[in-house]
Amino acid sequence: MKRHLVSAADLTRDDALLILDTAEELTRVADRPIKKLPTLRGRTVVNLFFEDSTRTRISFEAAAKRLSADVINFSAKGSSVSKGESLKDTALTLEAMGADAVVIRHHDSGAPHRLATSGWIGGCVVNAGDGTHEHPTQALLDAFTLRRRLADGPRRGIGADLSGRRVTIVGDILHSRVARSNIHLLTTLGAEVTVVAPPTLLPVGIERWPCEVSYDLDAVLPKSDAVMMLRVQRERMNAAFFPTEREYARRYGLHGGRMARMPAHALVMHPGPMNRGMEITAEVADSPRCTAVEQVAGGVSVRMAVLYLLLGGAEPAVSTPRTEETQ
Amino acid sequence: MDTNAHASAPPGAPSHDAPARSVLEAPDIARALTRIAHEIVERAKGAGDVVLLGIPTRGVFLARRLGEKLRGITGHPVPVGSLDITMYRDDLRLRPARALARTDIPGEGIDGGLVVLVDDVLFSGRTIRAALDALNDIGRPRAVQLAVLVDRGHRELPIRADYVGKNIPTSLRETVKVLLTEEDGRDGVLLGTRPAA
Repeated sequence: MKRHLVSAADLTRDDALLILDTAEELTRVADRPIKKLPTLRGRTVVNLFFEDSTRTRISFEAAAKRLSADVINFSAKGSSVSKGESLKDTALTLEAMGADAVVIRHHDSGAPHRLATSGWIGGCVVNAGDGTHEHPTQALLDAFTLRRRLADGPRRGIGADLSGRRVTIVGDILHSRVARSNIHLLTTLGAEVTVVAPPTLLPVGIERWPCEVSYDLDAVLPKSDAVMMLRVQRERMNAAFFPTEREYARRYGLHGGRMARMPAHALVMHPGPMNRGMEITAEVADSPRCTAVEQVAGGVSVRMAVLYLLLGGAEPAVSTPRTEETQ
Repeated sequence: MDTNAHASAPPGAPSHDAPARSVLEAPDIARALTRIAHEIVERAKGAGDVVLLGIPTRGVFLARRLGEKLRGITGHPVPVGSLDITMYRDDLRLRPARALARTDIPGEGIDGGLVVLVDDVLFSGRTIRAALDALNDIGRPRAVQLAVLVDRGHRELPIRADYVGKNIPTSLRETVKVLLTEEDGRDGVLLGTRPAA
């Protein structure tokens, strides 16, 4: 990651830890009477959303506002995009308005990469989810939640990675940008990742990914420190990937009985939005082991950390050699 | 905690051109802190509402030591915390974004209390300006005072310290390096020369 955050695969272990440690400090801002820092005053962050989103857009908006940046929200609906404007022309418009960072969500894989490498804009590009490619800030906030919950002691795991932790990702791996980013990031942080899915929902070439593959959820659960349930993305499914929803829920859904087979400390994670009754039952979703709401809260801190590290200094702190002068 | 103060290379190592000269030894630092603790008690008439906030990194250790001494003098514990000022710096855009240090405000809060900011070296005064801004977002103390181990002069803002361990007149080419056991393995203050640019 140089000036942009396009893929979780670009992050080194040190980059990732710096983001997580910064986020940990920034969570304390939420406990203050004045939940605001002056750091990005005068900088403009554009939220460029070509695809629907609640959590991610609000989270990025809250993060930028807590750092005192000016935020411009752009959604494709009701904009010139519906009149046929291209990504390039939209980008040039934003550049003319002086955007320091563009947070982009796009239905096509690779749109953020195009924006970052095309030279259309001078600011930082942050990928907020592109097609079935990547969603790096989601992976960062998942790692953040994992580290907090699995760490012992009051330090909340500051400075520590996820070595030796076993994370299982269950569901629609084929269409999931969350899974892809998580597999890269969690592996970088030292965790062992296992994906569980019906064969039809695994991408071609999965055997070359840095993860284990299993088709049997019940066998993997007792060995997992965390189980990440993915949403079945009906909007991306134009073919019959599994016979019926009931069969999917029975084989790959997480219910109370399955949760009981997990180790006592293990977490249930879900990036949201949840399909209750499909990949996760209401009983599991509402249990104290389910971190879905905590993940959202952590999301603001993690996105603050990303925006601060990309925009806060003269050059991004991530992946640039750091000096001893951190005082 | 001025970055310039720590510009000399690794902790304890002499700078390149001239060997760093020791200006304060461990017993001097201990005596200075004891005197400052007594002055705080005297000025605050008992230190009943004092909250010590150290500025990372070394100010935090100094604040803890001062807290111990105040407890010894007054017989009751004094809340000690830390205040990271990175997000409030005025030179953020001149360097790469920095890692954050810890901000720990004691549970009692700072509203209505007497906050004593503690730092190792007072130089331009910009760190303290940032600290005052940070305090503003955290609460409204009755008063804010400043204690530093070393005042090396060259202020760029109208800021002064209420308690000074030692005034060390320096030239801008010199560096002042505070060493503390907690961070550097030993106590001391070194005066060195910045390598010619």
